[in-house]
Amino acid sequence: MSDEDEIILSELNDEDLVAQMFDDLYDGMKEEIEESVNILLSRDWEPYRILTEALVGGMTIVGHDFRDGILFVPEVLLAANAMKGGMFILKPLLAETGAPQVGKMVIGTVKGDIHDIGKNLVGMMMEGAGFEVIDLGINNAVESYLEALEAESADILGMSALLTTTMPYMKVVIDTLIEKGIRDDYIVLVGGAPLNEEFGKAIGADAYCRDAAVAVETAKTFVARKHNQSGATA
Amino acid sequence: MTNAFATLLAERDWLLADGATGTNLFNMGLEAGEPPEMWNVDHPDRIKALYEGAAHAGSDIFLTNTFGGNASRLKLHNFQDRVFELNKIGAEIGREVADAMDRKVIVAGSVGPTGDIMDHMGGTLTHALAVEMFHAQAEGLKAGGADVLWVETISAAEEYKAAAEAFALADMPWCGTMSFDTAGRTMMGVTSKEMTKMVGKIDHAPLAFGANCGVGASDLLRTVLGLASGAPFPLIAKGNAGIPKFHDGHIHYDGTPELMADYAILARDCGAKIIGGCCGTTPDHLRSMRAALETQPRKETPSLETIVEAMGAFSSESDGTDGAGPVRAARRGRRKG
Repeated sequence: MSDEDEIILSELNDEDLVAQMFDDLYDGMKEEIEESVNILLSRDWEPYRILTEALVGGMTIVGHDFRDGILFVPEVLLAANAMKGGMFILKPLLAETGAPQVGKMVIGTVKGDIHDIGKNLVGMMMEGAGFEVIDLGINNAVESYLEALEAESADILGMSALLTTTMPYMKVVIDTLIEKGIRDDYIVLVGGAPLNEEFGKAIGADAYCRDAAVAVETAKTFVARKHNQSGATA
Repeated sequence: MTNAFATLLAERDWLLADGATGTNLFNMGLEAGEPPEMWNVDHPDRIKALYEGAAHAGSDIFLTNTFGGNASRLKLHNFQDRVFELNKIGAEIGREVADAMDRKVIVAGSVGPTGDIMDHMGGTLTHALAVEMFHAQAEGLKAGGADVLWVETISAAEEYKAAAEAFALADMPWCGTMSFDTAGRTMMGVTSKEMTKMVGKIDHAPLAFGANCGVGASDLLRTVLGLASGAPFPLIAKGNAGIPKFHDGHIHYDGTPELMADYAILARDCGAKIIGGCCGTTPDHLRSMRAALETQPRKETPSLETIVEAMGAFSSESDGTDGAGPVRAARRGRRKG
């Protein structure tokens, strides 16, 4: 084992440094991630390349191991926190350089539900995948979802419920979107411990996402499909 | 210390607990988004009917309608100043129902999770704050006449221990269950065997411990088997009545009373002493569970295969207790901090 070896980040070549960042993200080492992001910037990497190749790449591994039951919520929270450290440096630079956006998501826990662990995880993992996330927090009435979707010109609506007593409210929100004739303007993803695929279908969501990793993959698929469709009709 | 619950637990071979509060209140007209605890003051008649539903169906223990009665969750509705009152009344209605029964029925003061993330994981909940919130709730339940406190659906070991500490401050006996809903572990990654170890080290020891809610009956039974090895106290099994389905604007759990009867027998044979349901479990389910427990002879501990055959497949191959679960790829190397 190389346990004794002290790794000096700045001495690693680009390829090794990115591989090291994958490990550091996995282990939730925020300071190391921040240092590595700055090293890559000093080596003239584009901010967008650092985001996609190093941070998103590393969080993809975290997401897969979370999906597979190797990592659990505490580890993912720490990884996401390390990712946030890197994002904090990159965010202003990404805006300056006009980097492309993957998509925008409005996310919130439905009315009556205080549980936001799952919702926070999805938000962090979506950011980790390069999406812009507007987090409405807990206890959202239908009006607050609608307002945010419009104000932010979002692509995706994410709703979360952790209680059997609050999950039917998701249908209230979707029914309102239909009523206003704007249901098809958005990709609607739902999640939460008591839900399942059948429930997602029954209430008219585009997809039920079992966990944060699945949410990211589903969002990517739907956004790509949406872009293809708008390309075809243009 | 002697109390009604400890006495009953010592006398009996098994005890039947209740179903779930939330899903039953839903059937009684609770709207999505309403805090169920407010019904303790707004609709005490319905809460009485809820408790009676379980007691008359044969439950030896029922849980009070106070699951979300901590400051953090009541704050969502701006009722954080009513913790003591809402818990006290929830327990008082229970006391009234239990005392009217012609057999001994236990009022267990339900305490749910705060919903917050502990600070060592980057959240806002400190140990001191968790103890303070649980203690405030415990005092209300005690004042209302609860026989025992009952913390449930916990995912973090730290929160479970904070509840134990709070219950010591309130000088109340208690039971506590965790929810194993993520690949056989709790959301925070705790395995059944880890819980058993953790519970054995708590100063203010619980009278019983175990699992509630989670995924389905199969997973819950596998968890009970894991908890049972080296269990220092009697075990609790409170599983959901199947899987939630959506019908005409209502949530319906697909587990039949017959399935829950089979589940009750298997739970007992897996080593559980206190057996009940969770989400979707109605008085009809409880009646057939009671009938099964009273009539069917005890059998040997079922194998995982027997459980799958009777209850359906597990949600994950491993539950983290057999060393056969997936593992992470090797790390490149470690730097010293």
